Amino acid sequence: MKAPRNASRRAFLKSTAALAGGLVIGFWLPGRQGRVLAQGAPKPPADPNAFLRIAPDGSVTVMVKHLEFGQGVTTALPMLVAEELECDWKQVRAQLAHAAPEYFHTGFGIQATGGSTSVADSWTQLRTVGAQARAMLIAAAAAKWKVDPAACRAEKGFVLGPGGRKAGFGTLAAAAARLPAPATVALKDPKDFRLIGKPVRRLDAAERANATTVFGMDLKRPNLHTALVARPPVFGAKVASFEVAKVREVPGVTHVIQTSRGVAVVAKSFWSAKKGRDALEVRWNEGEGAAISTEALRTQYAELATKPGPMARKPADPEALKAAAKRIVAEYEVPFLAHAPMEPLNCTVEVRADGAEIWCGSQFQTVDQAAAAKTLGLAPEKVRLNTLPAGGGFGRRANPAADFVTEACEIARDAKVPVKVIWTREDDIRGGYYRPMYVHRVEAGLDANGAIAGWNHAIVGQSIIAGTSFEPFMVKDGIDETSVEGVSDTPYDIANLGVTLHTTKSPITSLWWRSVGNSHTAFVMETMIDELAAAAGKDPVEFRRPLLAKHPRVLAALELAAAKAGWGTPVGKGRGRGIAVHESFGSVCAQVAEVSVEDGKVRVHRVVAAFDCGLVVNPLTVEAQVQGAIAFGLSAALHGAITFRDGKVRQSNFHDYPVLRLSEMPKVEVHLVASGLGKPTGVGEPATPPVAPAVANALFALTGKRARVLPLAATKWG
Amino acid sequence: MISFFVNGDPVDFNAAPDFPLLWALRDHLGLTGTKFGCGLAQCGACTVHVDGEPRLSCSVGLGEVKGKRVTTIEGLAPGNPVVKAVKAAWIERDVVQCGYCQPGQVMAAVALLQRNRAPTDADIDAAMDGNLCRCGTYPRIREAVKAAAATLAPKRPPGRRK
Repeated sequence: MKAPRNASRRAFLKSTAALAGGLVIGFWLPGRQGRVLAQGAPKPPADPNAFLRIAPDGSVTVMVKHLEFGQGVTTALPMLVAEELECDWKQVRAQLAHAAPEYFHTGFGIQATGGSTSVADSWTQLRTVGAQARAMLIAAAAAKWKVDPAACRAEKGFVLGPGGRKAGFGTLAAAAARLPAPATVALKDPKDFRLIGKPVRRLDAAERANATTVFGMDLKRPNLHTALVARPPVFGAKVASFEVAKVREVPGVTHVIQTSRGVAVVAKSFWSAKKGRDALEVRWNEGEGAAISTEALRTQYAELATKPGPMARKPADPEALKAAAKRIVAEYEVPFLAHAPMEPLNCTVEVRADGAEIWCGSQFQTVDQAAAAKTLGLAPEKVRLNTLPAGGGFGRRANPAADFVTEACEIARDAKVPVKVIWTREDDIRGGYYRPMYVHRVEAGLDANGAIAGWNHAIVGQSIIAGTSFEPFMVKDGIDETSVEGVSDTPYDIANLGVTLHTTKSPITSLWWRSVGNSHTAFVMETMIDELAAAAGKDPVEFRRPLLAKHPRVLAALELAAAKAGWGTPVGKGRGRGIAVHESFGSVCAQVAEVSVEDGKVRVHRVVAAFDCGLVVNPLTVEAQVQGAIAFGLSAALHGAITFRDGKVRQSNFHDYPVLRLSEMPKVEVHLVASGLGKPTGVGEPATPPVAPAVANALFALTGKRARVLPLAATKWG
Repeated sequence: MISFFVNGDPVDFNAAPDFPLLWALRDHLGLTGTKFGCGLAQCGACTVHVDGEPRLSCSVGLGEVKGKRVTTIEGLAPGNPVVKAVKAAWIERDVVQCGYCQPGQVMAAVALLQRNRAPTDADIDAAMDGNLCRCGTYPRIREAVKAAAATLAPKRPPGRRK
């Protein structure tokens, strides 16, 4: 059976007999409007994939098209199906889907996990899958019992009919699969939800605690070799020559292979590959990348920040600032940042006569699949890309250039053995893709009444998107929206806000990093607002209120955080309290931080967060994501910096690229804002941006000094 | 030849004394519950117990464990009250996010509670500070360690068992 090819703009569903007589629902919904990220995205699938399997034993397996890397999609997405299916939650399992067009993001046109969109992407799609399947199971039971389907209902994995009739989903699945799927189904009114909105523990909690989860790093395959790669010590360097004699003397080494970026050492085990790579001598033509230094970038960026350039937003009155009663000019700097997920990157590839198979934790499955196919000279459908749960990612596994996947394909292709490429922590910190460094320069002024008269905001930094396949969709008139998001679209009512963007060219490779542009723009916006409030002699919350009058969700989050944190009450001796609010990924997060300074170092004691992510699917996960996003943002705010000297990354591992430790973790209180928005918005990222400015503003309250450079550890406080 | 015990079983390795215990466990014994995170004793993902004490297996050479008893997450005795309490608390408190660091966290927590069944906040900070988590599960780790400790607190006279 083939599904209709011309299925655009309407959902279709087909049922087919499943393995072992179960029910398979194939379903694809392209309807959600959204920007299409990938150029030449493949056409809608001819053969819709299964999102749902009901086995004869009644177990329900939901195929999860997004990557599970900590954000809890393998629980939240099955909840969407189960809500409508009326199955027993104890019978629900989750399985990560392989790369396939039927798993495309409904808004992006590729299979992707990013932009805090996973739940919103699946919100209608997976509830519809559940409702369709429920209707088919009821129809199967009604036919068997020769009763009106309207007299039957589903409950906890059973169909119940007149006269006490009862049949389990597992016994009905085979018959249901042969029935036509209903063309339309009504979805529940949110007030009738039984599961959505309730705290549900993760389906994978036990396997994670017992360490039985197979991450990419843990994959075992017959005759699997391990490869480590010597990558360029500076960006853009090319291999000039290399000596293999000493490498071959290392026991266990089987191949030394030049790749398009570097030289791979393939061995029977990790330690042999590591020893082999240690013995490898590569001479590099370093090229222009060797001239890069953080100091030089700082000088260049600061100079550019004072010059005119392309504007992302024009002020209503460009001359307004000249008439300001008070003016503040401030320059800000944030560094390059590594993602540093706990699981170092890895990718396993087996090339066979009839195709290839790949295993990795990918945020961009179909992009990686297509790139792998190109590298291997195969049609994409001949490349099976299996998604494995990843030990974090934060954007690093969503690379338009598919770097770690294509590299593994090159090595496996040339070595002609199954290969797992493993990145060491040093490889990850040194040879990777970074959140770029940015310099902001803000000139802002107040009028005689203490209101904002004008705000000229210049941003300098490289583009994450330029040069990638996403450029046609995300760079408009020379403006990479990820460089200015959070400033040019600020909810603050500032008529005379002008935003200039200087996009620098650099051989340094860069990527989105949890919260993308918001990771630096919120810091600048929210500390400058705090500074203007102080200049106006107003309380920071009071100062924001009129500026947010047209954005009730933002204001409500701000008010809730302030109320819960005891804003305006004494904070205690030696402590400072600061507030920040930021809207991103369709959600709003406000935070109040309480800090002290100990031996010149910043200590964050408490963060009170108010979070509006629309309709909450799983409050337990939302709380965890807010805690985690704060920890991630705080890691960077306090410690994170990748710096360059002679083109080389100066950091290498967690001793010189420190991340937050347990003893540094503040108490975090999470309060959800009941905004009444009838749909879910972003959860994974929006709590990262506000923490740095909340802490910086608290530091000002405590010390009277403004934090304009991150990380805060670069400054001696107190 | 270096001989020691892994999860109760004797093992022999023909390897240099500086061969990292982590890679002996992962690549040669197939015990992949012990994770590679940094290779430099900085992150705790590779935490195992050597004669009951938490050690970072990426930076422990086989020569150091000669004749000793190595326990990995796979070898934690399921019936051990501390192990049971820690795993139950980890699930009940919904601690994990990506889960990659969690075997190391569980090993560190078990080691802590084996020697101190009533840890203070400072004890928890000290014992768990070497175990990094990039997802930021720290608040729930603290809660879970406390919850596990609470279940281990003596509730009936010593010597009597259920």
